[in-house]
Formats: sequence, C-alpha cells, structure tokens
Amino acid sequence: MYFRETGQFKSKYKEELAAFPIFEDKIGIAIAALLAFVLIPIFGLPGLSWDFTMSAVMIPVVIFTITTLGLNILLGFAGQISLGTAAFMGVGAYSCYKIMTIFPDLNALICVVLSGVVTAFVGTIFGLPSLRIKGFYLMVATLAAQFFLEWAFIRIPWLYNYNISGAIEVPYKEMFGIVLTGAKSEPLTRYFVCLGFLVVLTWLASNVIRGRIGRSWMMIRDMDIAAELIGVRPLTAKLSAFAFSSFYIGISGALMVFFWLGAAEVESFDINHSFTYLFMVIIGGLGSITGCYFGAILVWVIPVILKEYGKSVFGIDAFVMENFTTILLGVVMVVILIVEPHGLARIWQIAKQKLRLWPFPY
Amino acid sequence: MSSEQKKVMMEVKNINLRFGGVIAIQDVSFDIQEGEIRAIIGPNGAGKSSMLNVINGFYHPQEGEIWFRGEKRPSMEPYEVAKTGIARTFQNIALFKGMTTIENVMTGRQLQMSKNFFWQLLRYGPAIEEEVKHRKRCEEIIDFLEINHIRKSPVGSLPYGLQKRVELARALAMEPDLLLLDEPMAGMNVEEKQDMSRFIIDVNEEFGTTIALIEHDMAVVMDLADRVVVLDYGKMLADGTPKEVQSNQSVIDAYLGVAH
Repeated sequence: MYFRETGQFKSKYKEELAAFPIFEDKIGIAIAALLAFVLIPIFGLPGLSWDFTMSAVMIPVVIFTITTLGLNILLGFAGQISLGTAAFMGVGAYSCYKIMTIFPDLNALICVVLSGVVTAFVGTIFGLPSLRIKGFYLMVATLAAQFFLEWAFIRIPWLYNYNISGAIEVPYKEMFGIVLTGAKSEPLTRYFVCLGFLVVLTWLASNVIRGRIGRSWMMIRDMDIAAELIGVRPLTAKLSAFAFSSFYIGISGALMVFFWLGAAEVESFDINHSFTYLFMVIIGGLGSITGCYFGAILVWVIPVILKEYGKSVFGIDAFVMENFTTILLGVVMVVILIVEPHGLARIWQIAKQKLRLWPFPY
Repeated sequence: MSSEQKKVMMEVKNINLRFGGVIAIQDVSFDIQEGEIRAIIGPNGAGKSSMLNVINGFYHPQEGEIWFRGEKRPSMEPYEVAKTGIARTFQNIALFKGMTTIENVMTGRQLQMSKNFFWQLLRYGPAIEEEVKHRKRCEEIIDFLEINHIRKSPVGSLPYGLQKRVELARALAMEPDLLLLDEPMAGMNVEEKQDMSRFIIDVNEEFGTTIALIEHDMAVVMDLADRVVVLDYGKMLADGTPKEVQSNQSVIDAYLGVAH
C-alpha cells in the first residue's frame, strides 16, 4: 500500500489532467531529479571515477534519452516506423556545424535548437512516403533515407567545410563566460546543458502527447480509418509527427557531437546506431515517455557500467568483458520482450499496480 | 412521425458504384429527413455498408449526386465529410485500442478543438482551458451512455457490448447532425440490444440527431425506424415506413420471406 490514489480526490478536471496527478508519483520524480541534478554530479556513480561517470555514462544517456523520445513520438505515438534515426541525428549535427560556421557569433544553444528545426524540415520530406505506405514498406523507405543521408555526409564536402579528415570539429563557444563547447569545456557544464534540454523537451513532449495533436497521432496509429472519419487529416497528422520527432532527433544529434563526442565522422550516424535507438524505444516501451528513460538507461548504461566493474572489481580483460556484456544485454532484451512485450514501461506500470495492493496479492 | 413537412437533410440521387466489373450499388436514390431514424436494410452483400462509405467519402461513386442540406456536395475526402457534421460507427468496432475510454471519447472532440501547436506545446492557458471544457462535455456524454465505470479502462479489454457503446459515445462527442450507425447491435444479446435501442432513441429525441442505421435484426428495425430503405444486390427494392416495407411483396420475397 505504498502507492495508491485512494483519498486523493480531484474536484477539478484541471487537477486531474496534471502530469502527475498522484502524490507518490511526485515523490518519485523528485527523487529522480535529485539524483540527476545533485547527487550524481557531485558524487558520481559508486565504483566509477567521476570523469568516467560524466563523460561515458551520464552525458550520453541524457542525449540518447532525447533521441529515444524523438523516435518514440514517431514510432510509439504516431505508429510510423523509421530506421533513419541515426542519419537524422547526423542531419542535426551537420546542420549545427554549418549554422555555427555561417553565424560564428550565434549562441551555441540557439544553434542546437535551429539544427533541430532544420532536421524537422528534412524529416518531413523523408516522411512523405508515409502518406502512401505503411509498416515494413515505410521502414524500407526510411532505410533509403538512412543510406542517402550517409552518402551525403561523405560526398558533399560543403557539409564539413572541406575538412581534409572529413570530420566535423567542434568550435569553441561560450555563454556568460562559461565555456560551453570545444576541448576546454567542463564535463559538468556540458552535462547540465544536455540535462536542461532533456527536461524541457520531455515536458514539451508530454504536453503535446496529452493534447489535441498528440491524440491525432495516436488515432492515426490505432485506427487510421476511424481517425479520418473523425476529421483528422492523415497528411497533417503524419507529417507533423515526422517533423516533431525529427526535431528531437536533430537536437540530440547536435548535442551528441557538440556536447559529448567533440568531433564526429559519418560512422557515428550509421545504420547500427539506428538499430540501437530502435532497441531503446522497444525495450523501454512504445508509446510511453517514462519508457524512453528506462530504455536509454538499460541499453546504454548497463553495458558501460558492467564493462567498468568487470575491469575494476573482477579484473576481467576488457575485450572479454565487451563480448560478455553484449551477450548479457542480448539475453536481457530477449527475456524482457518475452516476459512483457510492451517493454519496461509496462513492467513499471504493473509494478505500480501491485504496489497499490501490497502486501495483499489482490 | 408525419413526413410531409419534414425538411430533407440528405439526398442521394442515382448512385452507381462499381469496383471493376462488380456492381456494388446500382441507381440507388433515397433521402434522409431531419430528425428521423432512417434504416437501411438488406441481405448480406446488398451494398448497405458501401452506401454509408459513399456518404462518408471513403468511396467515390462513378455516377450520382449527394445533396446535403440543400446543396450538391462536391467529391469529398472522409476528413472533409467529418467537418460537415456527419459521424459514423463501424460494423466491426474501430476504436482506438491503445487508449482508454475517456481518451477515445475525447478524440471525438478533435474538430471542435482549435488551439494551435504552440499552445499545445505549453499546455497552459487557452490550451488547458479548452481541454477542460471538452472534457466536461465528454463526461456528460459518458454519463448519458452509462459508461462512467469504465472511464479509465483501456478499450481493448472491454466486453463487446461496451466497446460498441464507447464507439457510440465517440461518435456523439462529435455532436453530429447526421449519425451513421453500421450494425450497432450486431453480436449482442437481447438485453444489450434493448439498451442500445434505448440509447439510439434517446440520442434521437434528446439531441435531435438524425440517424441512419444499418441493422439485421428486423424486430429492432421495425420498432426504431421511421422509414426504411431496402437494398438487394445493390438495387433498391423498397422505400417507406416499416409497415409499407413489411407488406411489400418483393421485399418479402428477397428478405423477409424467410422464417424469422
């Protein structure tokens, strides 16, 4: 009986429509926020060095959560499958780079948001096939986007300013005297920038999902014929989902290069990464915002931490550990999908349901 | 109901619908008057659902005209038809399975909601006010159809009869002028049928909604409908009050003649 809504009466619809209508949820969010904003930035994770915690665990997991949010909006809420996620992240990264070189004085954060806008535009164009085709066929069409964009990142030297190495290098940027990007920037600064983006983007996504537009996406996902009869225009609904989702993915791509990797080549945006993001969404739970967090944490954090622990605690060779974690992660994924095909978000929901009655079984 | 001074809401004229060589509807004309319950009956494959699909804009007939509120309607897509105030339920339930009952009913308010993307992003001020306003209306409809207890249940797990009722609630949430019901009572037991009939009559009388329904249960049709159209093999057999239709010899031969 740790988690229950009994006795928490709502007398206004507005209260009931709040993001976390139940008191226990608010406590949970407060704990998560405390961990992410205060405890981990100060103490790091147990058994790992602080630098490693920040640069190999926390910053990437925050960025990938944004990616997962974007993909989940498209796949989980609007029901349009896409395999071009990594390529769209690339669009975000390359456009951020171009925006920074064209407007050298522009604030880095504005550049990131603008690169999201550019990606939204590109995503909408590649979303056009969704108006005619569905399911696997749409997947193949987005696969074409993936390969085309990868090709463009190599063959159009204008995108990386004719750099001989073919990579994009992050320029030095600062705001209010704090170094934001470039080699001299502090991991803590970069972490908080990414976390800030994540919090704002999560909030916006949950708002849109619960409103008119989010419902129109879910209508298209669940039963497109009925959606049309209720007055949802498939063109608007599908393309707006592609645009909104690509906006998120573009921002995460820009953050990935400018606030984490520091430099990027086309390999960072290949099809394997697209699959990884797809795993995060599916493991986390389609159509759930909480699930995005779970998915990104499971798929990214667990292997990294295991690898480190394997080295430091058990003294296992890094190469062996690498293979071992891959196997373990594969097993965990298969088990989760067999136990609960709807992902971690559903397991979480069931757990909450059980806590409501605990210690009684029913 | 006396049919003389009633205004005609919708008129279909000489509709011909073909799929390749298959003739689905052949030269069918009838009208739907404001405020009436109009039944469309006929054996399987008679073209009843196709007729509704033509009215909805899913199918575009090769020949024929549709007049709606005294104007000839141009060829329209389903989402445009929805804007003219026509709602519809389906023969095989077409609910949004991933959503709860209240969310399903709220989808019916889609067209009445207008706050743009940026308000939706913030979910503050006008956007949340609008949401609350429509939520209130949806709760009234949920009350009306007596499905309060399943408000928060995912619709996929509900029993069949309730799913049908949720679908009706969703259509009512659109506050349509013309409501098309495609076999609202298919697969129900007697009690559920009685409930559904009661709701259909209530909707017709309290909201003044014009209803066109397809139904196979003759007892229900004869009780509910003000006028009946009979289709068979895409052709029109008869049109008139239930009494007239019942005594029409060609109808009896084609349809009612079998023991019922």
